[in-house]
Amino acid sequence: MSEHTAVEPSVVRPRRRLRSRLQRVDSTASPYLYISPFFVLFGIFGLFPLGYTAWVALTDRTLLNPDTHFVGLLNFTNLIHDSYFWNAVENTLGIWLIATVPQLLIALWLAHLLNTKLRARTFFRMAVLLPQVTSLVAVALIFTQLFSRQYGLVNYGLGAFGVSHIDWESGRLSSWIALSVMVTWRWAGYNALIYLAAMQGIPEELYEAAAIDGAKSWKQFRHVTVPMLRPTIIFTVIVSTIGGLQLFTEPYLFEPLKQGATGGSARQYQTVVMYLYEKAFAGTQFDFGYAAAIGWALFLLIGVIAFVNLLIVRRIRSVEH
Amino acid sequence: MASVAHAERTRPRRRPLSRRLGAPGPFTYIFLIIVAIVSAFPLYWSLVVASHDNSAVSAYPPVLTPGHELFHNLGRLFNSGEVNVDFWRALINSTIVASTVTVAVVFFSALAGFAFAKLRFRGRKLLFVAVIATMLVPVQLGVIPLYIEMIHLGWANHLQAVIAPNLATAFGVFLMRQYIVGSVPDELIDAARVDGCYTFGVFWHVILPAVRPVAAVLGLLTFMTTWNDFFWPLVVLGPRNPTVQVAVSTLSSGYVEDYALVLTGTFVSILPLLVVFLVLGRHIISGIMRGAVKG
Repeated sequence: MSEHTAVEPSVVRPRRRLRSRLQRVDSTASPYLYISPFFVLFGIFGLFPLGYTAWVALTDRTLLNPDTHFVGLLNFTNLIHDSYFWNAVENTLGIWLIATVPQLLIALWLAHLLNTKLRARTFFRMAVLLPQVTSLVAVALIFTQLFSRQYGLVNYGLGAFGVSHIDWESGRLSSWIALSVMVTWRWAGYNALIYLAAMQGIPEELYEAAAIDGAKSWKQFRHVTVPMLRPTIIFTVIVSTIGGLQLFTEPYLFEPLKQGATGGSARQYQTVVMYLYEKAFAGTQFDFGYAAAIGWALFLLIGVIAFVNLLIVRRIRSVEH
Repeated sequence: MASVAHAERTRPRRRPLSRRLGAPGPFTYIFLIIVAIVSAFPLYWSLVVASHDNSAVSAYPPVLTPGHELFHNLGRLFNSGEVNVDFWRALINSTIVASTVTVAVVFFSALAGFAFAKLRFRGRKLLFVAVIATMLVPVQLGVIPLYIEMIHLGWANHLQAVIAPNLATAFGVFLMRQYIVGSVPDELIDAARVDGCYTFGVFWHVILPAVRPVAAVLGLLTFMTTWNDFFWPLVVLGPRNPTVQVAVSTLSSGYVEDYALVLTGTFVSILPLLVVFLVLGRHIISGIMRGAVKG
């Protein structure tokens, strides 16, 4: 790297020496300097808060009372006996399940349709991705209107089939369905593009071999495409688990008046992050210690569910092979 | 210019794969057109509601075409005496936040990506693995202590509270590093060094011009994500100094559901990204698909 350390003619030596020293400093220090913004920022705003959560969760800290006391595992033992918390866990898992499974199946099917010699290919890809550009807030507010009881278009459409008006927001399952429609609408196309990218990397010979074996389109899809997409499917399942279990915006805005973050009058769709928000910011308690404990519980929940998903998705592969 | 060259380089790799693909039948088109309609309809619907007064919202059968009240509703939206939030301020705030974050993310990612791709230093591999590993850390769960941190810094309710934590992303570093490894030849860097460039000179004169295509993609994705971010701005900014997303959500928290107003705000909040997407959507799609293959 520093070619300038070779013996130099004596006339230019002082300047060269300075330059060569500068160059040496430059080549050793620059790399660290260049990567430091990322690490410094991550340390201050990512790692430190995460570690600090562990401490806060062991205290009775609130916003209004900064002198905190160490309370040990009290927040966690309270959490275990907190029926609102378990209700939130149940809601989160329920909504996540009925949002993720159809979403990924639709995405797979969409990718399959897009992976053909389409005319207007870019148009269809853009159409599929359009919901992803729409903010969560916009999705939530538009669909909340569409699902409203009296004048919502969804009820109007169902009315045409003789279904009487459903109060989507007040029922447990019905609110879960409405929320899962929002999630699916926003994310199916995005996942479809990810599957499409992976499909385009599948070697052609595999399809030729399958065709020689007499496999028709559907069988090719099942026995070539899906197994080859396994790593990508695992990736999308994990990502939707991490995202889906932190669901907040849609249920938060689905609620009329929006201030309480209780997830409906009977807490029928309050998610874990909403409960965290309610405890820390929305109520009158500003109970940071307890909210931090909820954060850790959610972290644990995400880890467990992601792991279970990994096992399930891997098992399907061995069945299909 | 550079983006054209790049597109031409990647395309031949994909094309042969689609040889096997049959021409799609009419059902494929019918399904996809239905999907396109379903994708676009909610956005269209927000325009429909935003262009009527509230009596049309409750009309039966519902009105399905845009009306003439859009400008009236816009007037209400931007008249801070009438609504519970300063919408101009929200738009300006979001523009400041998203632009700052976008420029910083692109710059810092290119800088770090350059170091990981082309410079030799101790611990390079390990540190790059560390960057990837940070993607798996759910930093959102640290929201409580982060909020406490912001109060200590005196940043709560100020824009820097939503700017600072987002100035550098692991995804950006990763994307830049992969791109620079694949598309900036070492000879170019050596040539610049022979010409007497220090490392930063190499970065400025060689790397930055070369990464322009991927910088555009990263910039677009970052701008979108930042513009649409909701949870953290809601927590740390609140309705008095809001971003657009917080402002729109505040509109809907009145005692009466004023759907025309709420969806006018919603429509205005989507519009900038919608325009960007219609003009540059191809690049966003390529960015997502490229990230997917590598990830």
